[in-house]
Amino acid sequence: MENESRSIETRVEGQVGFITLNRPKVLNAINRQMLSSIVREMEEFDRDDNVKVIVLHGNGRAFAAGADIDEMMNDDSIDLELLNQFVEWDRLAWVKKPIIGAVQGFALGGGFELALCCDILLASEDAEFGFPEVDLGVMPGAGGTVRLTKLVGRATAMRWLLTGERFTAKEALDSGVVSKLVPSDLLLEETEKFASIIANKPSLSIRFIKESVHKAEDTSIYEAMQFERKNFSLLFSSEDQKEGMNAFKEKRKPHFKGQ
Amino acid sequence: MFKTIKYEVHDRVAWLTLYRSDKLNAFTEEMHSEMLTALKDVERNENVRCLVITGEGRAFSSGEDLDGVTEGLDHGHVIRKRYTPVLIQLAKIDKPVIAAINGIAAGSGFSLALACDFRLMHEQAKLVQAFIHVGLIPDSGNLYYLPKLIGHAKALELAVLGEKVTAEEAKEIGLVTKVIDGENWMEGVSSFAERLANMPTRAIGLIKQQLQASWDMPLELFLEKEAYGQRMAGLTSDHQEGVHAFMEKRSPDFAGK
Repeated sequence: MENESRSIETRVEGQVGFITLNRPKVLNAINRQMLSSIVREMEEFDRDDNVKVIVLHGNGRAFAAGADIDEMMNDDSIDLELLNQFVEWDRLAWVKKPIIGAVQGFALGGGFELALCCDILLASEDAEFGFPEVDLGVMPGAGGTVRLTKLVGRATAMRWLLTGERFTAKEALDSGVVSKLVPSDLLLEETEKFASIIANKPSLSIRFIKESVHKAEDTSIYEAMQFERKNFSLLFSSEDQKEGMNAFKEKRKPHFKGQ
Repeated sequence: MFKTIKYEVHDRVAWLTLYRSDKLNAFTEEMHSEMLTALKDVERNENVRCLVITGEGRAFSSGEDLDGVTEGLDHGHVIRKRYTPVLIQLAKIDKPVIAAINGIAAGSGFSLALACDFRLMHEQAKLVQAFIHVGLIPDSGNLYYLPKLIGHAKALELAVLGEKVTAEEAKEIGLVTKVIDGENWMEGVSSFAERLANMPTRAIGLIKQQLQASWDMPLELFLEKEAYGQRMAGLTSDHQEGVHAFMEKRSPDFAGK
C-alpha cells in the first residue's frame, strides 16, 4: 500500500486536479499497480466537485518510458487473458472531465499509450515519442495501434509502429499528436495556465463537448450528429446557458457556476 | 581516456583540443566518437560554462582524413554516421562555444569552426573551402552556417572558388570575432573564454536559441518563443543578481543559473 501511494502523487490546485507519475528512477515505467492507482485517482477527481480539469504528468526526466517488462515477461497468453489487465485502461475513457497530459522527456510504449488516453497533450520541446514494442517481439496492447491510427492516420501510424523509431516533439506537433510545444522548464507552468482556462469555462459545456468529440471519433457522422444535438439541447437546461446568453446580451462578463 | 582529442575543464571553461597533430588534426571515426562524448559532457556538466575548440600543433583541422577515403566510399553514410551526430550535439549546447582557429582550418575543419558561436583566429591561420578542389560540396553544416554568417553571395564565392581566406580577410567579411597575434594567442583565447564563462550562461543559451529560431520561424511564433525565453531568463538567479548589482552599483557575480 505504501509503494502504491508513492508511485503516483495527487494534489488539487485551483480547480485543477494533478496526477503525477512518481517513479522517476525507472523513468515512470508503468506497472499494473500504478495503472490501477491512476485509474482510481482519475475516477476520484471525476467525482470531486472541486476539480474541473485533470492534469496528468510525470516527475523527472520522462512522462513515462514504457511498461514494466519484468512484470509480464513470463506471462503466457492464458495468464494475460485471465488477468484482463487492459480493462482498467478502458475506464480512463469513461472519465467525463477533460484530461490534459503534459509530456516532458520520454513517452514510450505503455507511457505513450497512457498519453494517448488524455484528451489533449502539451509537450516539452525536447519530448520524444515512440512505440518500441515491435523490437521486443510484441506490440502495443493498451490502445496504441488504435488511438495513434485514429489520431494521425494509417500511413504515419504504420511508420512509427512498424519501425519502432522514436519521433520528436516537433513531429508529434506536426502530425497532430500534441497540441502545443513549450520549453521544458515552463511545461508545468504553461499546462497549469491552460488547465485553468478550461477550468473556468462552464463545466457542463466542457463535459458535453468532450463527450461529443469522442463520439465523433468513434462512430458514424449520422450518429455523432444525433448525439451532438441531444447534448446541445441538454445544455439548455443548465443555469450556465441562461447566464452565458444573458451576459452576452447585456454585454457583461458571465459568472458561471458549473450548473 | 581520449586518444585523438584532449578534453579538460579548467575554471568553468572546457577545452576540446583536436589531437592528431601529425595528421593536421584530420577527422577519423574514432575522433568523432570521442568528440561526441566530450560534447555531451559539455552539455551536461554544470561546471562548464564555456567551450573552446582548438587544434594541437600547427593546424586547427585539415578536415576529413583522406586515408579513409577509398574508392566506393559512401560519402552520405560517413556524413550521417559521423559528422551529423557531432553537429547536432554541438547545436544542443546552450553555452557559448568558441573556435580558437590556431592554424589552417580546411574542409570539414572549416565547417566545424563555422558551427561554433565565436571564431578567434590566429593571425597566421587560414581558412579553406577545400571541397570544390576534389569535386565535392562543402559538408558538415558548412553551407548551413556560412550564408547566415557572411551572406549568400560571399558564401557562394568561398564555396565555389575555394580560395584561401587569411585572418585579415576573415575579419573583414565578419567571419571571425577577433584576430590575435602569435605572441598573445593563448592569453587572448583564454581571457575571451574566461569572460564568457563568467557571464549569465542561461541567458546566453537563450540568446543562441532565439537567434537560431529567427532563421526559420514566422514572426508570431518567434515572438511567442521570445516570451517563453524571457520568462525563463526572468526566473534565473543571474537575473536577480544582475538587477541587485545594478542597484547596489557593484559588478555582478553571475553563477550561470
